[in-house]
Amino acid sequence: MMELLVPVLIMGGIGAVLASVLVVAEKVIANYGICKLTINDKKELHVQGGKPLLTVLREQKIFIPSACGGRGTCGICKLKVLEGAGAILPTETPFMDQRELAENVRLSCQVKIRNDLRIVIPEELFSIQEFQTVCTRITDLTYDMKLFRFELRDPPEIDFTAGQFVQLLCPRYKGSPEEVYRAYSVASDPQQKNAIELIIRRVPHGICTTWCFDFLKQGDPVSLNGPYGQFCLGDTNAPAVFVAGGSGMAPFVCLLHHMRNKGIKRKAEYFFGGNTVKDQCLQAEMSRFEQQLEGFKFIPVVARPEPDSGWQGETGLVTDAVRRHYTDLAGHEGYLCGSPGMIDASIKVLVELGMKKTSIFYDKFS
Amino acid sequence: MDNINAELWLMVVTLFASVFTNNILLTTFLGMCSFVSVSREVKTAAGLGAAVVFVMTLTTVLNWLAYYYILVPLHLEFFRFILFIIIIAAFVQFVEMVIDRYSPKLYMALGIFLPLITVNCAILGAALFMVIRQYSFIVTIGYGFGAGLGWMMAILAMAGIRQRLTEARVPRGLRGPGITLIIAGMMALAFVGFTGVLK
Repeated sequence: MMELLVPVLIMGGIGAVLASVLVVAEKVIANYGICKLTINDKKELHVQGGKPLLTVLREQKIFIPSACGGRGTCGICKLKVLEGAGAILPTETPFMDQRELAENVRLSCQVKIRNDLRIVIPEELFSIQEFQTVCTRITDLTYDMKLFRFELRDPPEIDFTAGQFVQLLCPRYKGSPEEVYRAYSVASDPQQKNAIELIIRRVPHGICTTWCFDFLKQGDPVSLNGPYGQFCLGDTNAPAVFVAGGSGMAPFVCLLHHMRNKGIKRKAEYFFGGNTVKDQCLQAEMSRFEQQLEGFKFIPVVARPEPDSGWQGETGLVTDAVRRHYTDLAGHEGYLCGSPGMIDASIKVLVELGMKKTSIFYDKFS
Repeated sequence: MDNINAELWLMVVTLFASVFTNNILLTTFLGMCSFVSVSREVKTAAGLGAAVVFVMTLTTVLNWLAYYYILVPLHLEFFRFILFIIIIAAFVQFVEMVIDRYSPKLYMALGIFLPLITVNCAILGAALFMVIRQYSFIVTIGYGFGAGLGWMMAILAMAGIRQRLTEARVPRGLRGPGITLIIAGMMALAFVGFTGVLK
């Protein structure tokens, strides 16, 4: 017995000594004291130094969009740091272009607070909040897409612009040892403020989609934050071309609700691409929108219809359908949402048909 | 006096041997993960290499002391894997904190690489080799420094080659880690040429 116990105790002791040395060192050496954060030259926060800026801002309930959870791989959490951040790190430079380097844009997950900082946070980010919600409904849309409804508990209401997205916190589970945030566009009516709906498509081996599909049940609590993003309907009256594929459907459902709420009568044609007939969804909702909105037309496009499906609609790639449909797109506006490949191909076609690049707005999944 | 001179001579020989004939990366293929992922640019490779030299020299020395003054007297040699790992981890963490606090310049050059090499197998490998090969304290200093230097030399050479490769038309399936491993294999073959120069 003693033969076993003594070595374990000795090793445990050595480990404990080393750990306590580190704890003391962290208190003494890595103690940066209280640092002052000046935000937009208006607001001052006093925070404990030593942690990354992104983490500290999150603790202060200021949510900066980030998709990788602070590991410096997504490059989304950019902020202007005017003073106090020191030189830019090699871990940040791959995400910056010349203009951003000149404007002191930094990745807030890589900037550690060591002293007083002066930073700029875009005003719209202050409206971003964290929401505790409950998943109240899960509906199958296709074999690999589901619609999830989350009712807000705390805070009880959300204000967002149609086309924006939220981040869903995927907790630790069997398939993933750490928490991750993933971004999803809101698909529900922006007038409905006490709940939001997300359309999620299963990504094979995806951390968050696997959790949503295989583990999340009705009645489970879910944490969301948002809203983020600038993918919104422009103020013009130009005829619009919507192009989407897969779960790119989500923001358009939201935009259509918005158009109906505001009585926007502009012409809009919505091309929705899927590989097979089985990939098409929400057709009943779309025909309802067609009745409610004068200028709106839904055009589902199927790349390879199953021989026995009796598909009557458009076939081929969604870009082929756009090309067949229009001869001149000058003066039109394009709204695109889907995979990077689909977006790039669509931009090419729209520009070829005469649409101005500045009139094309998109939300690229990556 | 003769004894110390002999020791010093052995240390120098071990140092050179661990740089060339027994290069830890190219003969035992340890520390491959950071070798493959951080060898895209000479500048970053130099930073990482310097961090490895620094950490390897000091941790092999620390681990030598821990092994011969703690584990051997207590007959707990079989615990060396665990002890070495926690000493390395604690030491790297400690050094990172100190550098981060007191020398921002050094932190930029060296400190940001420290977390990458806490769990580098070459560091642990060097500590284990020093036990297996029964190096004395003085020889261990030379060995730790030499092994780190050898690792740094290999990653610098690889980064130099890969910078040139950016212009080359590498077959798609081999881009990135694939071609890096093939190059590493060729470099290892070249280093076989040093065998026998030093014993």
